[in-house]
Amino acid sequence: MANSVIEFRQVNKSFDETKVLDEIDFEIEAGKFYTLLGPSGCGKTTILRLIAGFADATSGDILFEGQKINELPANERQVNTVFQDYALFPHLNVFENVAFGLEIRKISKTEIKTAVNEALKLVHLSDYGNREISELSGGQQQRVAIARAIVNEPKVLLLDEPLSALDHKLRKEMQGELRDLQRRLGITFIFVTHDQEEALAMSDQIFVMNAGKILQSGSPVDIYDEPINHFVADFIGESNIVPGKMQRDYVVNFDGQDFSCVDAGMKPNEAVEVVIRPEDLDIVAVDTGQVNVTVDTQLFRGVDYQISAHDKMNNEWKINSIHKTSVGQIVGLAFEPEDIHIMRYHETEDDFDARLETYE
Amino acid sequence: MHKKTTYLIPYMLWIGLFVIAPMALILYQSFFNISGHFTMGNYEQYLTNGVYLKMTFNSILYALIITMSTLLISYPTALLLNRLKNKQFWLLLVILPTWINLLLKTYAFIGLFSQNGSVNDFLRFVGVGSHQILFTDASFIFVAAYIEIPFMILPIFNSLAELNPSMINASRDLGANSWQTFRRVILPLTMPGVKAGFQAIFIPSLSLFMITRLIGGNRVITLGTAIEEHFLVTQNWGMGSTIGVVLILAMFVVMYLTRDRKAKGGRIQ
Ligand SMILES: Nc1ncnc2c1ncn2[C@@H]1O[C@H](COP(=O)(O)OP(=O)(O)O)[C@@H](O)[C@H]1O
Ligand SMILES: [Mg+2]
Repeated sequence: MANSVIEFRQVNKSFDETKVLDEIDFEIEAGKFYTLLGPSGCGKTTILRLIAGFADATSGDILFEGQKINELPANERQVNTVFQDYALFPHLNVFENVAFGLEIRKISKTEIKTAVNEALKLVHLSDYGNREISELSGGQQQRVAIARAIVNEPKVLLLDEPLSALDHKLRKEMQGELRDLQRRLGITFIFVTHDQEEALAMSDQIFVMNAGKILQSGSPVDIYDEPINHFVADFIGESNIVPGKMQRDYVVNFDGQDFSCVDAGMKPNEAVEVVIRPEDLDIVAVDTGQVNVTVDTQLFRGVDYQISAHDKMNNEWKINSIHKTSVGQIVGLAFEPEDIHIMRYHETEDDFDARLETYE
Repeated sequence: MHKKTTYLIPYMLWIGLFVIAPMALILYQSFFNISGHFTMGNYEQYLTNGVYLKMTFNSILYALIITMSTLLISYPTALLLNRLKNKQFWLLLVILPTWINLLLKTYAFIGLFSQNGSVNDFLRFVGVGSHQILFTDASFIFVAAYIEIPFMILPIFNSLAELNPSMINASRDLGANSWQTFRRVILPLTMPGVKAGFQAIFIPSLSLFMITRLIGGNRVITLGTAIEEHFLVTQNWGMGSTIGVVLILAMFVVMYLTRDRKAKGGRIQ
């Protein structure tokens, strides 16, 4: 790729005997918003630390604009980090914190002043230069951390769960602001989160990780609509996952019936998993839909009802519906062939992409 | 409410009997001359007689040299200890000598430094010949520094251990090399430890007298030895107390200068 900023080639990282990153391979293009998404402990922070230079890869190459940077010390890398705990310097005030990187680079006092004030304006903290860090709220500290990083105009900004300490409302607000900031500055963002909703809302591209591996990468829509396996389907949003069998291309059997679908390229009679998102299911009168289910529980959530039901093969179905049902009632579920997504067991991302190529 | 005051009683008793009362007695005593008459003469003498002022200056100078040399040794040591794998164990080894009686350690040094001591044996062995080591400024400072070092290492070690490691990463991330990180982040953030160590060493060093006598001999005269002299030899308690008052004042001055302060705003902008 011509404008790849960061590239990992078969990167492994172990602490003593435990492997925390397993053959990580990816490329980051300039100017986009990337997200590393995965449960706690899957290795997201470790990837950021390798990019920033706080840790060494056990094996593999890390490239920055095509140059190997494995040996380059952290202070010489053109990336800046917004730390999970912000890591603001408590002995310096807001202005001095933001000016830290510029002072190290021996930039003139007047230029520093202009740049710092501009960065503070960008994060809506113009009047806060003289404040001590201890006088700021969590949200304000987080903004200072962002200002301190972006004032250096890095090629890549690494953000390690920067919103996780904020309350729900502020968090939503900051998601929008961060996304906005990234677009305006045109800096490549690598954002880490364990919150799938946040990842879907903000990213151009998501890397879904688990247990030290990247399972799938793609746009939020791709990953949501075509998860590669059970873990991804389950982690990204709610989903109904039922076992099935691929009869032939475009026909899948589950719950004892054949359904047409839009997936192909599997072996005949191959065992597969079928994914249907709860919001794609419509509740209809019994026998008028594709599957009949018995309602087990129903939860009112304000906007809609969250219904849990089971079919005759005892597969569990989650349905989000604005129509009320009652527990014990048998209802029909209606869905379209496009709502069905088929996942093969143990398919690698490369094979998955290659198979999609053959029929899409 | 009542409970709280009950808990305060032992503290109040302690402070009253062992801190406030002795200080008040010293202050009171300092206004009497050798024949028991009330006088301001002690202070007058202290301020006008060059001997006392020179002694004060000497004491401060020695205390500064002792404190600074312990600091120079202790800071790098604390940094190193913090990086070791079993740091608590290595720290224990540093603390261990403080459990041995001060007088015993001092006598050990007399043994080491005397004309026929191990150090001179060694010097003769390597052909340098024996030297007068005991009763010199250098040996006094050496022994005082040796005894005080753990009290400097400990607070610095603690403040280094408390330092959030992501502070160092943040500094590196913003482009600072190891030296810049040390100067701009590590040192300022561990200043409370340095100040605590400074207080723990500088103030006692002003009033050292036993080491001064035994190791420094009559070469070194400090406020500590002067007080001892006045109380035990010349029996001029008034003058001894006056010097004591000076020491107490010095203590407050040092505490004030090394207090925790956080400058508020308005520095760069
Ligand atoms: N310094 C370390 N020593 C040993 N294990 C570590 C160290 N740092 C991280 N790990 C382990 O590596 C794994 C990945 O950690 P991390 O990258 O912090 O996960 P995440 O940021 O995704 O929550 C975890 O299992 C963690 O326990
Ligand atoms: Mg993490």
